[in-house]
Amino acid sequence: MPYGDLFATPTGDWAIEAVDVQKRFGDAVALDGFTLRVRPGSVCGLLGPNGAGKTTAVRILTTLLRPDAGRVHVAGCDVRADPALARYRIGLVGQSTSLDEILTGRQNLVMFGKLYHLPAAVARRRAEELLDRFGLAEAGDRPVAGYSGGMRRRLDLAACLILSPPVLFLDEPTTGLDPRARIEVWALITTIVATGTTALLTTQYLEEADRLADHIALIDAGRIVAEGTPDELKARVGPDRVETVVRKPTLDEVFLRLTGRHATRTADEPTEPAA
Amino acid sequence: MSATTAPTTSPRRPRAHTLRDTATLAGRVLTHWRQRPISILLGLLFPVLMVLMFGYLFGGAMALPGGDYMDFLVPGMLAMTMLFGLESLVVSVTHDTAKGVTERIRSLPITTTAVLAGRSAADLLDAVVGLALMVVTGLLVGWSPHRGVAPTLAAIGLLLWLRLAFTWVGSYLGLLLKTPESAVAVQILVWPVGFLSSAFVSPDTMPAWLDAIATWNPLSATATAIRDLFGNPGWNAGDWAGDHAIVLALAWPALLTVVFLPLAARQYRALAN
Repeated sequence: MPYGDLFATPTGDWAIEAVDVQKRFGDAVALDGFTLRVRPGSVCGLLGPNGAGKTTAVRILTTLLRPDAGRVHVAGCDVRADPALARYRIGLVGQSTSLDEILTGRQNLVMFGKLYHLPAAVARRRAEELLDRFGLAEAGDRPVAGYSGGMRRRLDLAACLILSPPVLFLDEPTTGLDPRARIEVWALITTIVATGTTALLTTQYLEEADRLADHIALIDAGRIVAEGTPDELKARVGPDRVETVVRKPTLDEVFLRLTGRHATRTADEPTEPAA
Repeated sequence: MSATTAPTTSPRRPRAHTLRDTATLAGRVLTHWRQRPISILLGLLFPVLMVLMFGYLFGGAMALPGGDYMDFLVPGMLAMTMLFGLESLVVSVTHDTAKGVTERIRSLPITTTAVLAGRSAADLLDAVVGLALMVVTGLLVGWSPHRGVAPTLAAIGLLLWLRLAFTWVGSYLGLLLKTPESAVAVQILVWPVGFLSSAFVSPDTMPAWLDAIATWNPLSATATAIRDLFGNPGWNAGDWAGDHAIVLALAWPALLTVVFLPLAARQYRALAN
Protein backbone atom coordinates (compact mmCIF):
# COMPACT_ATOMS: atom_id res chain seq x y z
CA MET A 1 0.00 0.00 0.00
CA PRO A 2 1.60 3.29 -1.02
CA TYR A 3 1.95 5.70 1.81
CA GLY A 4 2.97 8.99 0.21
CA ASP A 5 6.33 10.63 0.46
CA LEU A 6 7.57 10.16 3.99
CA PHE A 7 10.22 12.79 3.63
CA ALA A 8 8.34 15.50 1.83
CA THR A 9 9.26 18.89 3.24
CA PRO A 10 6.68 19.59 5.91
CA THR A 11 4.23 22.17 4.73
CA GLY A 12 3.08 25.05 6.88
CA ASP A 13 4.94 27.58 8.95
CA TRP A 14 5.76 25.35 11.88
CA ALA A 15 7.90 22.24 12.27
CA ILE A 16 6.36 21.68 15.69
CA GLU A 17 2.97 23.01 16.62
CA ALA A 18 1.19 22.14 19.83
CA VAL A 19 -2.00 24.02 20.59
CA ASP A 20 -3.82 24.00 23.90
CA VAL A 21 -2.63 20.54 24.90
CA GLN A 22 -4.08 19.07 28.08
CA LYS A 23 -2.77 16.05 29.95
CA ARG A 24 -3.53 14.78 33.40
CA PHE A 25 -2.37 11.73 35.29
CA GLY A 26 -5.16 10.95 37.72
CA ASP A 27 -5.58 14.12 39.76
CA ALA A 28 -2.25 15.62 38.77
CA VAL A 29 -2.36 18.08 35.90
CA ALA A 30 0.80 17.63 33.83
CA LEU A 31 0.00 19.93 30.90
CA ASP A 32 -2.59 22.67 31.16
CA GLY A 33 -3.12 24.55 27.92
CA PHE A 34 0.38 23.90 26.60
CA THR A 35 0.90 25.84 23.37
CA LEU A 36 4.21 25.93 21.53
CA ARG A 37 5.23 26.66 17.95
CA VAL A 38 8.69 26.05 16.55
CA ARG A 39 9.85 27.31 13.15
CA PRO A 40 11.48 24.88 10.72
CA GLY A 41 15.25 24.89 11.05
CA SER A 42 15.32 26.50 14.47
CA VAL A 43 16.36 25.12 17.84
CA CYS A 44 13.88 25.69 20.62
CA GLY A 45 15.01 25.30 24.21
CA LEU A 46 12.23 24.21 26.54
CA LEU A 47 13.21 25.19 30.05
CA GLY A 48 11.40 24.73 33.30
CA PRO A 49 11.71 23.46 36.83
CA ASN A 50 11.35 19.76 37.65
CA GLY A 51 7.76 18.66 37.35
CA ALA A 52 6.81 21.57 35.09
CA GLY A 53 5.81 19.21 32.28
CA LYS A 54 8.88 19.18 30.00
CA THR A 55 9.12 15.42 29.62
CA THR A 56 5.34 15.02 29.37
CA ALA A 57 5.35 17.56 26.54
CA VAL A 58 8.16 15.75 24.72
CA ARG A 59 6.47 12.38 25.15
CA ILE A 60 3.23 13.75 23.71
CA LEU A 61 5.01 15.43 20.79
CA THR A 62 6.84 12.17 20.00
CA THR A 63 3.68 9.95 20.06
CA LEU A 64 4.67 8.13 23.24
CA LEU A 65 1.84 9.63 25.24
CA ARG A 66 -1.72 10.46 24.16
CA PRO A 67 -2.89 13.94 25.12
CA ASP A 68 -6.33 14.34 26.70
CA ALA A 69 -7.05 17.29 24.41
CA GLY A 70 -5.33 19.67 22.04
CA ARG A 71 -3.81 19.73 18.59
CA VAL A 72 -0.30 18.38 17.94
CA HIS A 73 1.47 18.60 14.58
CA VAL A 74 5.09 17.62 14.07
CA ALA A 75 6.92 17.69 10.73
CA GLY A 76 3.65 18.09 8.88
CA CYS A 77 1.86 15.17 10.52
CA ASP A 78 -1.00 15.14 12.91
CA VAL A 79 0.64 13.18 15.71
CA ARG A 80 -2.64 11.95 17.19
CA ALA A 81 -4.21 10.93 13.88
CA ASP A 82 -1.14 9.35 12.29
CA PRO A 83 1.46 8.44 14.91
CA ALA A 84 3.13 5.93 12.58
CA LEU A 85 4.01 8.55 9.96
CA ALA A 86 5.16 10.92 12.71
CA ARG A 87 7.52 8.23 14.01
CA TYR A 88 9.29 8.08 10.65
CA ARG A 89 9.82 11.84 10.77
CA ILE A 90 10.88 12.27 14.41
CA GLY A 91 14.16 11.52 16.11
CA LEU A 92 14.19 11.21 19.88
CA VAL A 93 16.97 11.22 22.40
CA GLY A 94 15.05 10.87 25.60
CA GLN A 95 15.55 10.49 29.30
CA SER A 96 13.05 7.66 29.33
CA THR A 97 14.33 5.86 26.23
CA SER A 98 17.36 3.68 25.91
CA LEU A 99 19.11 1.46 23.43
CA ASP A 100 19.62 -2.23 24.10
CA GLU A 101 22.52 -2.59 26.53
CA ILE A 102 23.22 -6.22 25.77
CA LEU A 103 23.63 -5.58 22.05
CA THR A 104 26.72 -3.90 20.63
CA GLY A 105 26.54 -0.37 19.27
CA ARG A 106 26.59 -1.71 15.73
CA GLN A 107 23.90 -4.33 16.41
CA ASN A 108 21.69 -1.60 17.87
CA LEU A 109 22.03 0.67 14.86
CA VAL A 110 21.46 -2.14 12.36
CA MET A 111 18.41 -3.34 14.28
CA PHE A 112 16.89 0.14 14.48
CA GLY A 113 17.65 0.67 10.78
CA LYS A 114 15.69 -2.48 9.98
CA LEU A 115 12.86 -1.41 12.27
CA TYR A 116 12.74 1.87 10.30
CA HIS A 117 12.26 -0.49 7.35
CA LEU A 118 15.54 -0.01 5.54
CA PRO A 119 16.69 -3.01 3.52
CA ALA A 120 19.20 -5.03 5.57
CA ALA A 121 22.22 -4.03 3.46
CA VAL A 122 21.27 -0.35 3.64
CA ALA A 123 20.75 -0.61 7.41
CA ARG A 124 24.24 -2.09 7.80
CA ARG A 125 25.85 0.57 5.62
CA ARG A 126 24.03 3.33 7.48
CA ALA A 127 25.20 1.89 10.80
CA GLU A 128 28.83 2.07 9.60
CA GLU A 129 28.44 5.68 8.47
CA LEU A 130 26.90 6.73 11.76
CA LEU A 131 29.45 4.87 13.90
CA ASP A 132 32.20 6.68 11.97
CA ARG A 133 30.54 10.03 12.18
CA PHE A 134 29.96 9.78 15.93
CA GLY A 135 33.43 8.49 16.77
CA LEU A 136 32.17 5.03 17.73
CA ALA A 137 33.77 2.94 14.97
CA GLU A 138 36.16 1.25 17.39
CA ALA A 139 33.57 0.70 20.10
CA GLY A 140 31.03 -0.55 17.57
CA ASP A 141 31.50 -4.22 18.40
CA ARG A 142 31.37 -3.82 22.17
CA PRO A 143 28.12 -4.23 24.14
CA VAL A 144 26.54 -0.88 25.03
CA ALA A 145 26.57 -1.89 28.72
CA GLY A 146 30.30 -1.09 28.72
CA TYR A 147 29.95 2.36 27.12
CA SER A 148 30.61 5.57 29.02
CA GLY A 149 27.75 8.03 29.45
CA GLY A 150 29.08 10.17 26.63
CA MET A 151 29.39 7.22 24.24
CA ARG A 152 25.85 6.12 25.03
CA ARG A 153 24.50 9.57 24.30
CA ARG A 154 26.42 9.69 21.02
CA LEU A 155 25.00 6.31 20.06
CA ASP A 156 21.54 7.57 21.02
CA LEU A 157 22.03 10.54 18.71
CA ALA A 158 23.26 8.24 15.95
CA ALA A 159 20.20 6.00 16.34
CA CYS A 160 17.79 8.88 16.00
CA LEU A 161 19.55 10.09 12.84
CA ILE A 162 19.21 6.80 10.97
CA LEU A 163 16.59 8.31 8.67
CA SER A 164 17.80 11.92 9.13
CA PRO A 165 14.38 13.01 10.35
CA PRO A 166 13.44 16.66 9.88
CA VAL A 167 12.59 17.13 13.57
CA LEU A 168 14.63 16.06 16.59
CA PHE A 169 13.60 15.95 20.22
CA LEU A 170 16.47 16.09 22.67
CA ASP A 171 15.16 15.52 26.18
CA GLU A 172 17.95 16.53 28.56
CA PRO A 173 20.62 15.20 26.18
CA THR A 174 23.54 15.95 28.48
CA THR A 175 22.07 15.16 31.89
CA GLY A 176 24.52 13.03 33.85
CA LEU A 177 27.45 13.67 31.52
CA ASP A 178 30.79 15.04 32.65
CA PRO A 179 31.73 18.49 31.31
CA ARG A 180 33.93 17.10 28.55
CA ALA A 181 31.32 14.66 27.26
CA ARG A 182 28.78 17.46 27.48
CA ILE A 183 30.88 19.68 25.23
CA GLU A 184 31.26 16.80 22.75
CA VAL A 185 27.51 16.25 22.62
CA TRP A 186 26.95 20.00 22.22
CA ALA A 187 29.33 20.05 19.26
CA LEU A 188 27.47 17.12 17.66
CA ILE A 189 24.10 18.75 18.18
CA THR A 190 25.45 21.99 16.68
CA THR A 191 26.56 20.20 13.52
CA ILE A 192 23.27 18.32 13.23
CA VAL A 193 21.11 21.41 13.50
CA ALA A 194 23.43 23.29 11.13
CA THR A 195 22.03 21.08 8.35
CA GLY A 196 18.57 22.56 8.84
CA THR A 197 17.11 20.03 11.26
CA THR A 198 14.57 21.46 13.65
CA ALA A 199 15.20 20.60 17.28
CA LEU A 200 13.33 20.86 20.53
CA LEU A 201 15.75 20.71 23.42
CA THR A 202 14.78 20.33 27.05
CA THR A 203 17.46 20.94 29.59
CA GLN A 204 18.15 21.91 33.14
CA TYR A 205 21.47 23.45 32.17
CA LEU A 206 20.72 26.96 31.17
CA GLU A 207 24.15 27.40 29.67
CA GLU A 208 23.19 24.58 27.32
CA ALA A 209 20.06 26.41 26.20
CA ASP A 210 22.01 29.65 25.86
CA ARG A 211 24.52 27.92 23.58
CA LEU A 212 22.31 25.75 21.44
CA ALA A 213 18.88 27.33 21.28
CA ASP A 214 17.89 30.31 19.22
CA HIS A 215 14.47 30.40 20.81
CA ILE A 216 13.60 29.74 24.44
CA ALA A 217 10.26 28.71 25.88
CA LEU A 218 9.81 28.64 29.62
CA ILE A 219 7.34 26.12 30.97
CA ASP A 220 5.86 26.15 34.42
CA ALA A 221 2.90 24.24 35.84
CA GLY A 222 2.18 22.66 32.47
CA ARG A 223 2.06 25.74 30.29
CA ILE A 224 4.43 28.11 28.52
CA VAL A 225 4.91 31.22 30.65
CA ALA A 226 7.44 33.12 28.53
CA GLU A 227 8.99 32.83 25.08
CA GLY A 228 11.59 34.59 23.00
CA THR A 229 15.24 34.69 22.05
CA PRO A 230 17.67 34.45 24.97
CA ASP A 231 18.38 38.17 24.56
CA GLU A 232 14.71 39.10 24.56
CA LEU A 233 14.13 37.14 27.72
CA LYS A 234 17.11 38.72 29.40
CA ALA A 235 15.86 42.15 28.40
CA ARG A 236 12.48 41.34 29.92
CA VAL A 237 13.91 40.73 33.32
CA GLY A 238 16.14 43.76 33.10
CA PRO A 239 19.57 44.42 34.52
CA ASP A 240 20.25 43.39 38.06
CA ARG A 241 19.60 46.28 40.38
CA VAL A 242 21.78 45.11 43.25
CA GLU A 243 25.15 45.20 41.59
CA THR A 244 26.82 48.54 41.11
CA VAL A 245 28.16 47.55 37.72
CA VAL A 246 25.21 47.08 35.45
CA ARG A 247 25.21 43.70 33.71
CA LYS A 248 22.75 41.66 31.79
CA PRO A 249 21.00 38.99 33.83
CA THR A 250 22.05 35.43 33.14
CA LEU A 251 19.54 32.92 31.84
CA ASP A 252 19.55 31.42 35.31
CA GLU A 253 18.09 34.62 36.63
CA VAL A 254 15.57 34.75 33.82
CA PHE A 255 14.60 31.19 34.65
CA LEU A 256 14.16 31.86 38.33
CA ARG A 257 12.14 35.00 37.84
CA LEU A 258 9.83 33.83 35.12
CA THR A 259 9.10 30.43 36.60
CA GLY A 260 8.17 31.92 39.93
CA ARG A 261 11.18 30.56 41.74
CA HIS A 262 12.49 33.97 42.81
CA ALA A 263 12.16 35.41 46.27
CA THR A 264 10.65 38.61 44.90
CA ARG A 265 8.06 37.06 42.67
CA THR A 266 4.93 39.00 42.00
CA ALA A 267 1.36 37.95 42.54
CA ASP A 268 0.52 37.52 38.85
CA GLU A 269 3.22 34.94 38.30
CA PRO A 270 2.11 31.32 38.20
CA THR A 271 2.12 29.22 41.31
CA GLU A 272 4.12 26.05 41.86
CA PRO A 273 3.09 22.96 39.95
CA ALA A 274 1.35 20.28 41.96
CA ALA A 275 3.93 17.61 41.21
CA MET B 1 29.14 17.83 8.13
CA SER B 2 26.97 15.05 6.84
CA ALA B 3 28.73 13.92 3.70
CA THR B 4 26.25 11.13 3.16
CA THR B 5 22.60 11.48 2.47
CA ALA B 6 20.25 9.57 4.66
CA PRO B 7 18.73 6.49 3.11
CA THR B 8 15.07 6.58 2.31
CA THR B 9 12.88 3.93 3.75
CA SER B 10 10.24 2.13 1.78
CA PRO B 11 7.12 4.24 2.03
CA ARG B 12 4.65 1.80 3.49
CA ARG B 13 2.37 1.53 6.45
CA PRO B 14 3.93 -0.24 9.47
CA ARG B 15 1.34 -3.01 9.08
CA ALA B 16 2.97 -4.02 5.79
CA HIS B 17 6.24 -4.67 7.65
CA THR B 18 4.78 -6.66 10.55
CA LEU B 19 6.32 -9.99 9.56
CA ARG B 20 9.80 -8.62 9.01
CA ASP B 21 9.63 -6.50 12.19
CA THR B 22 8.60 -9.62 14.10
CA ALA B 23 11.67 -11.42 12.77
CA THR B 24 13.94 -8.45 13.58
CA LEU B 25 12.66 -8.24 17.16
CA ALA B 26 12.91 -12.01 17.62
CA GLY B 27 16.46 -11.72 16.27
CA ARG B 28 17.20 -9.22 19.02
CA VAL B 29 16.40 -11.81 21.68
CA LEU B 30 18.50 -14.40 19.84
CA THR B 31 21.41 -11.95 19.80
CA HIS B 32 21.00 -11.61 23.57
CA TRP B 33 21.62 -15.35 23.82
CA ARG B 34 24.77 -15.02 21.79
CA GLN B 35 25.97 -12.10 23.91
CA ARG B 36 25.07 -13.73 27.22
CA PRO B 37 25.18 -17.50 26.69
CA ILE B 38 25.55 -18.36 30.38
CA SER B 39 22.14 -17.11 31.48
CA ILE B 40 20.32 -18.87 28.63
CA LEU B 41 22.29 -22.03 29.29
CA LEU B 42 21.33 -22.04 32.96
CA GLY B 43 17.68 -21.64 31.97
CA LEU B 44 17.97 -24.61 29.63
CA LEU B 45 19.83 -26.81 32.11
CA PHE B 46 17.45 -26.18 35.00
CA PRO B 47 14.72 -28.60 33.83
CA VAL B 48 17.41 -31.18 33.03
CA LEU B 49 18.55 -30.92 36.64
CA MET B 50 14.94 -31.30 37.75
CA VAL B 51 14.55 -34.55 35.81
CA LEU B 52 17.71 -35.95 37.37
CA MET B 53 16.68 -34.81 40.86
CA PHE B 54 13.11 -36.07 40.70
CA GLY B 55 14.03 -39.18 38.76
CA TYR B 56 16.85 -40.38 40.96
CA LEU B 57 15.97 -38.85 44.35
CA PHE B 58 12.19 -39.38 44.45
CA GLY B 59 11.84 -41.96 41.71
CA GLY B 60 12.65 -44.87 44.01
CA ALA B 61 9.82 -43.89 46.36
CA MET B 62 7.24 -43.57 43.61
CA ALA B 63 5.22 -46.73 43.05
CA LEU B 64 3.70 -46.59 39.63
CA PRO B 65 1.23 -49.20 38.48
CA GLY B 66 2.58 -50.73 35.28
CA GLY B 67 5.55 -48.62 34.35
CA ASP B 68 8.78 -46.95 35.15
CA TYR B 69 8.68 -43.57 37.00
CA MET B 70 11.01 -42.02 34.39
CA ASP B 71 8.43 -42.86 31.72
CA PHE B 72 5.87 -40.97 33.78
CA LEU B 73 8.15 -38.15 34.92
CA VAL B 74 9.75 -37.07 31.64
CA PRO B 75 6.50 -36.07 29.86
CA GLY B 76 5.44 -34.21 33.03
CA MET B 77 8.75 -32.44 33.08
CA LEU B 78 8.41 -31.53 29.40
CA ALA B 79 5.10 -29.85 30.21
CA MET B 80 6.70 -28.15 33.23
CA THR B 81 9.48 -26.81 31.00
CA MET B 82 6.83 -24.98 28.96
CA LEU B 83 5.66 -23.28 32.15
CA PHE B 84 9.19 -22.38 33.27
CA GLY B 85 9.55 -20.37 30.05
CA LEU B 86 6.93 -17.98 31.40
CA GLU B 87 9.10 -16.55 34.16
CA SER B 88 12.08 -15.72 31.97
CA LEU B 89 9.74 -14.02 29.50
CA VAL B 90 8.12 -11.91 32.23
CA VAL B 91 11.54 -10.97 33.57
CA SER B 92 12.82 -9.90 30.15
CA VAL B 93 9.68 -7.82 29.43
CA THR B 94 9.98 -5.98 32.76
CA HIS B 95 13.70 -5.56 32.22
CA ASP B 96 13.07 -3.83 28.86
CA THR B 97 10.57 -1.52 30.50
CA ALA B 98 12.87 -0.66 33.39
CA LYS B 99 15.79 0.03 31.06
CA GLY B 100 13.79 2.26 28.69
CA VAL B 101 14.07 -0.13 25.76
CA THR B 102 10.29 -0.57 25.61
CA GLU B 103 9.89 3.19 25.34
CA ARG B 104 12.50 3.33 22.58
CA ILE B 105 10.76 0.54 20.67
CA ARG B 106 7.47 2.38 21.08
CA SER B 107 9.01 5.37 19.29
CA LEU B 108 9.43 3.25 16.14
CA PRO B 109 6.94 2.94 13.28
CA ILE B 110 6.09 -0.70 14.05
CA THR B 111 2.89 -2.48 15.04
CA THR B 112 1.90 -3.82 18.45
CA THR B 113 1.55 -7.22 16.77
CA ALA B 114 5.22 -7.18 15.72
CA VAL B 115 6.36 -6.31 19.24
CA LEU B 116 4.35 -9.09 20.90
CA ALA B 117 4.89 -11.67 18.17
CA GLY B 118 8.63 -10.99 18.06
CA ARG B 119 8.97 -11.89 21.69
CA SER B 120 6.76 -14.96 21.34
CA ALA B 121 8.67 -16.18 18.29
CA ALA B 122 11.98 -15.92 20.14
CA ASP B 123 10.48 -17.69 23.13
CA LEU B 124 9.20 -20.52 20.94
CA LEU B 125 12.72 -21.01 19.57
CA ASP B 126 13.94 -21.13 23.14
CA ALA B 127 11.28 -23.77 23.82
CA VAL B 128 12.37 -25.86 20.82
CA VAL B 129 15.97 -25.88 22.03
CA GLY B 130 14.83 -26.62 25.57
CA LEU B 131 12.61 -29.48 24.43
CA ALA B 132 15.39 -30.98 22.32
CA LEU B 133 17.70 -30.94 25.32
CA MET B 134 15.03 -32.48 27.55
CA VAL B 135 14.20 -35.19 25.05
CA VAL B 136 17.87 -36.17 24.82
CA THR B 137 18.12 -36.16 28.62
CA GLY B 138 14.97 -38.26 28.83
CA LEU B 139 16.32 -40.81 26.37
CA LEU B 140 19.57 -41.00 28.38
CA VAL B 141 17.75 -41.71 31.65
CA GLY B 142 15.58 -44.43 30.19
CA TRP B 143 12.48 -42.68 28.92
CA SER B 144 11.25 -43.35 25.42
CA PRO B 145 8.20 -42.69 23.27
CA HIS B 146 6.54 -45.92 22.17
CA ARG B 147 3.99 -44.99 19.53
CA GLY B 148 6.06 -43.91 16.56
CA VAL B 149 7.06 -40.69 14.85
CA ALA B 150 3.71 -39.03 14.11
CA PRO B 151 2.24 -39.21 17.63
CA THR B 152 5.61 -38.10 19.03
CA LEU B 153 5.66 -35.05 16.77
CA ALA B 154 2.02 -34.37 17.68
CA ALA B 155 3.03 -34.40 21.35
CA ILE B 156 5.83 -31.90 20.67
CA GLY B 157 3.30 -29.78 18.78
CA LEU B 158 0.95 -29.77 21.79
CA LEU B 159 3.81 -28.72 24.06
CA LEU B 160 4.72 -25.78 21.80
CA TRP B 161 1.06 -24.85 21.48
CA LEU B 162 0.91 -24.58 25.27
CA ARG B 163 4.13 -22.57 25.35
CA LEU B 164 2.80 -20.15 22.72
CA ALA B 165 -0.25 -19.55 24.92
CA PHE B 166 2.03 -18.90 27.91
CA THR B 167 3.98 -16.27 25.92
CA TRP B 168 0.87 -14.05 25.70
CA VAL B 169 0.29 -14.53 29.44
CA GLY B 170 3.95 -13.62 30.01
CA SER B 171 3.85 -10.50 27.83
CA TYR B 172 0.69 -9.36 29.60
CA LEU B 173 2.08 -9.96 33.09
CA GLY B 174 5.40 -8.36 32.17
CA LEU B 175 3.72 -5.20 30.88
CA LEU B 176 1.35 -5.17 33.86
CA LEU B 177 4.00 -5.67 36.55
CA LYS B 178 6.52 -3.26 34.95
CA THR B 179 9.44 -3.79 37.35
CA PRO B 180 11.82 -6.76 37.45
CA GLU B 181 11.35 -6.82 41.25
CA SER B 182 7.64 -7.56 40.96
CA ALA B 183 8.35 -10.18 38.31
CA VAL B 184 9.75 -12.28 41.15
CA ALA B 185 6.12 -12.86 42.17
CA VAL B 186 5.62 -14.75 38.90
CA GLN B 187 8.72 -16.82 39.55
CA ILE B 188 7.24 -17.90 42.86
CA LEU B 189 3.71 -18.50 41.53
CA VAL B 190 4.97 -20.73 38.74
CA TRP B 191 5.76 -23.42 41.31
CA PRO B 192 2.31 -24.00 42.82
CA VAL B 193 0.78 -23.85 39.34
CA GLY B 194 3.29 -26.43 38.17
CA PHE B 195 2.94 -28.75 41.13
CA LEU B 196 -0.85 -28.52 41.25
CA SER B 197 -0.95 -30.69 38.18
CA SER B 198 -0.33 -34.24 37.10
CA ALA B 199 3.26 -33.35 36.10
CA PHE B 200 4.91 -35.27 38.97
CA VAL B 201 2.26 -37.21 40.84
CA SER B 202 -1.24 -38.49 40.29
CA PRO B 203 -3.93 -35.97 41.29
CA ASP B 204 -5.75 -38.95 42.86
CA THR B 205 -3.25 -38.88 45.71
CA MET B 206 -4.23 -35.28 46.56
CA PRO B 207 -7.13 -34.07 48.76
CA ALA B 208 -10.34 -33.89 46.73
CA TRP B 209 -10.32 -30.12 46.12
CA LEU B 210 -6.67 -30.12 45.06
CA ASP B 211 -7.39 -33.15 42.91
CA ALA B 212 -10.07 -31.13 41.09
CA ILE B 213 -7.72 -28.21 40.48
CA ALA B 214 -4.88 -30.47 39.38
CA THR B 215 -7.12 -32.49 37.08
CA TRP B 216 -8.37 -29.35 35.28
CA ASN B 217 -4.99 -27.56 35.26
CA PRO B 218 -4.03 -26.76 31.62
CA LEU B 219 -0.62 -28.19 32.39
CA SER B 220 -2.24 -31.53 33.40
CA ALA B 221 -4.20 -31.62 30.14
CA THR B 222 -1.01 -31.31 28.10
CA ALA B 223 0.93 -33.70 30.37
CA THR B 224 -1.81 -36.33 30.15
CA ALA B 225 -2.24 -35.85 26.39
CA ILE B 226 1.46 -36.25 25.62
CA ARG B 227 1.76 -39.29 27.89
CA ASP B 228 -0.96 -40.78 25.78
CA LEU B 229 0.76 -39.77 22.52
CA PHE B 230 4.15 -41.02 23.70
CA GLY B 231 2.56 -44.26 24.90
CA ASN B 232 3.89 -43.57 28.41
CA PRO B 233 1.97 -44.64 31.52
CA GLY B 234 -0.37 -42.14 33.13
CA TRP B 235 -2.78 -42.06 36.01
CA ASN B 236 -5.99 -41.72 34.15
CA ALA B 237 -8.64 -41.92 36.83
CA GLY B 238 -11.23 -42.42 34.13
CA ASP B 239 -12.73 -38.94 34.50
CA TRP B 240 -13.80 -36.72 31.61
CA ALA B 241 -10.66 -34.58 31.75
CA GLY B 242 -8.48 -37.66 31.56
CA ASP B 243 -10.44 -39.21 28.71
CA HIS B 244 -10.42 -35.99 26.66
CA ALA B 245 -6.89 -34.86 27.45
CA ILE B 246 -5.99 -34.15 23.81
CA VAL B 247 -9.10 -32.03 23.29
CA LEU B 248 -8.29 -30.11 26.47
CA ALA B 249 -4.62 -29.78 25.48
CA LEU B 250 -5.82 -28.08 22.30
CA ALA B 251 -8.60 -26.05 23.92
CA TRP B 252 -6.86 -24.71 27.03
CA PRO B 253 -4.03 -22.94 25.16
CA ALA B 254 -6.56 -21.64 22.62
CA LEU B 255 -8.58 -20.13 25.46
CA LEU B 256 -5.47 -18.64 27.10
CA THR B 257 -4.50 -17.09 23.76
CA VAL B 258 -7.96 -15.67 23.12
CA VAL B 259 -7.95 -14.05 26.57
CA PHE B 260 -4.34 -12.97 27.03
CA LEU B 261 -3.29 -11.90 23.53
CA PRO B 262 -5.83 -9.03 23.46
CA LEU B 263 -5.02 -8.22 27.09
CA ALA B 264 -1.31 -7.98 26.27
CA ALA B 265 -1.99 -5.79 23.23
CA ARG B 266 -4.25 -3.53 25.29
CA GLN B 267 -1.65 -3.29 28.05
CA TYR B 268 1.04 -2.34 25.53
CA ARG B 269 -1.12 0.37 23.96
CA ALA B 270 -2.05 1.61 27.44
CA LEU B 271 1.57 2.67 27.92
CA ALA B 272 0.51 5.80 25.99
CA ASN B 273 -2.08 6.78 28.62
